[in-house]
Amino acid sequence: MFPSRIWRDCKHRYRLEAGKCTKCGKIVFPYRLICPECGHREFEKVILPDTGKLLTYSVIRVAPSQFTDQAPYAIGIAELENGVKLLAQITDCDVDKIKVGMEIRIEFRRIQTDSHQGVLSYGYKFVPKWY
Amino acid sequence: MRDVAVVGVGMTKFGEIWEKSLRDLYVEAALAAIDDAGVDHLDSMQIGCMTSGLFVGQEHLGSLLADYLGQRNLAATRVESACASGGLAFRQAFIEVASGMSDIVMAGGVEKMTDIGGDGATYALAAAADQEYEVFHGATFPGLYALMAVAHMEKYGTTRGMLSAVSVKNHHNGSMNPFAQYPFKVTPEQVESSVMVASPLRILDCSPITDGGAAVILTTVDIAKKLGKPIIKILGSGHATDMIALHSRNDITTLEATSVAAAQAFKMAGKTIKDMDFAEVHDCFTIAEIIVMESLGLYEPGKAGEAVLNGETGLEGSFPINTSGGLKSKGHPVGATGVAQMVEVVKQLRGQAENGRQLKNNPKTALTQNMGGSGGSTVVHILEVA
Repeated sequence: MFPSRIWRDCKHRYRLEAGKCTKCGKIVFPYRLICPECGHREFEKVILPDTGKLLTYSVIRVAPSQFTDQAPYAIGIAELENGVKLLAQITDCDVDKIKVGMEIRIEFRRIQTDSHQGVLSYGYKFVPKWY
Repeated sequence: MRDVAVVGVGMTKFGEIWEKSLRDLYVEAALAAIDDAGVDHLDSMQIGCMTSGLFVGQEHLGSLLADYLGQRNLAATRVESACASGGLAFRQAFIEVASGMSDIVMAGGVEKMTDIGGDGATYALAAAADQEYEVFHGATFPGLYALMAVAHMEKYGTTRGMLSAVSVKNHHNGSMNPFAQYPFKVTPEQVESSVMVASPLRILDCSPITDGGAAVILTTVDIAKKLGKPIIKILGSGHATDMIALHSRNDITTLEATSVAAAQAFKMAGKTIKDMDFAEVHDCFTIAEIIVMESLGLYEPGKAGEAVLNGETGLEGSFPINTSGGLKSKGHPVGATGVAQMVEVVKQLRGQAENGRQLKNNPKTALTQNMGGSGGSTVVHILEVA
């Protein structure tokens, strides 16, 4: 993976920067050029809240090549306090204790290591709130 | 628009076909379709293939496959819409004939998936998801459908047993299909003790990794009459997309692209779901068949699982689904799948389905539903015996 591919998404993955449509208020993450709700083309920058609720999850046991060393690991979709939904890994917990509806917070973590060039990728993961 | 009919079908045996390459698989299916139709030439060819580049490092399939089919200079187009590539190639061929641009068009599909290992195939298939916001985080295809399954179970009380019933039914049907990759029956106990892939989905909830090709010939109804073949007319065609990332959708317990594409196809055909006799749908995972049944309007949301358990979608049921064995038992060479669905419904409508899986009472009208990714694209067709 070339570093430029990781670098260009840093603002989303490192800082949770999203766009808020200045016409209808829809928050898009990652940033888009046109609002999927109303077609407006101007957004203001907003930062996503770092807490939310888990809507669904799965424990992945058969992983793609760049994640085989992490399996089994859990992924899930969480709805943040402002209604934005994200997919991420659920980490720092016993995967058997994950439940729909549990509260999570977002933390900055290493996501994967590219085996060919050794480039490390960072981003967000979900951590259950009680941990 | 001109009336269009399917006049020839062909497919390879699906499976781990180590002795045959991508080009071998395609040409074998294509020649079978040409022979079945009895046509003496093609005007054009639409080829569904998801990701030959990642599976075997080969792109430029239009040139390669026209060349190896002995059709030098033929207009040949590769069509890609992930696992809906085959269904979309069929739709492009339909549009081409209906519009008057071409008279005789092949819609083919192919995928050669076993020239790389399991983790490589998982990676290649994941290219149908949002690479930067799903795959980057470790999502896989079984994982994405597992997220849908957990949400559907949470909202409607869908059970493990309902998922198993889909697999058991499709393997039962596939056990009678000589082209199926896994032509054997399974029990609910076997499904529920099979290896976990992405909870709650186990290996017997998942369609396999498959090599295979399929092809059909489309032409005008007028030419079809001259060929003297049974005329299976295309009454309706629909195609829709949805947000590619599952988390971007409002509701992941339904498949909006399927509902929209079906509505288009029904409108074009002047029919409703109640007019259909049977269907081939995209059961890439057991939960997919249940959600597709609901998204097509066949059952109320949350009611499809119970219907499968009650046998309503079995060969003898009120609305048979996946008489071929579906993707689950027949196999899922992704680019070929949508075309292979057409092969099955044409066989059923002609009364030619093999080994006792032919539907009784002369079915007249069929629906096919083929989707890409986690439902980010869907193609629906309605066919009828003229």
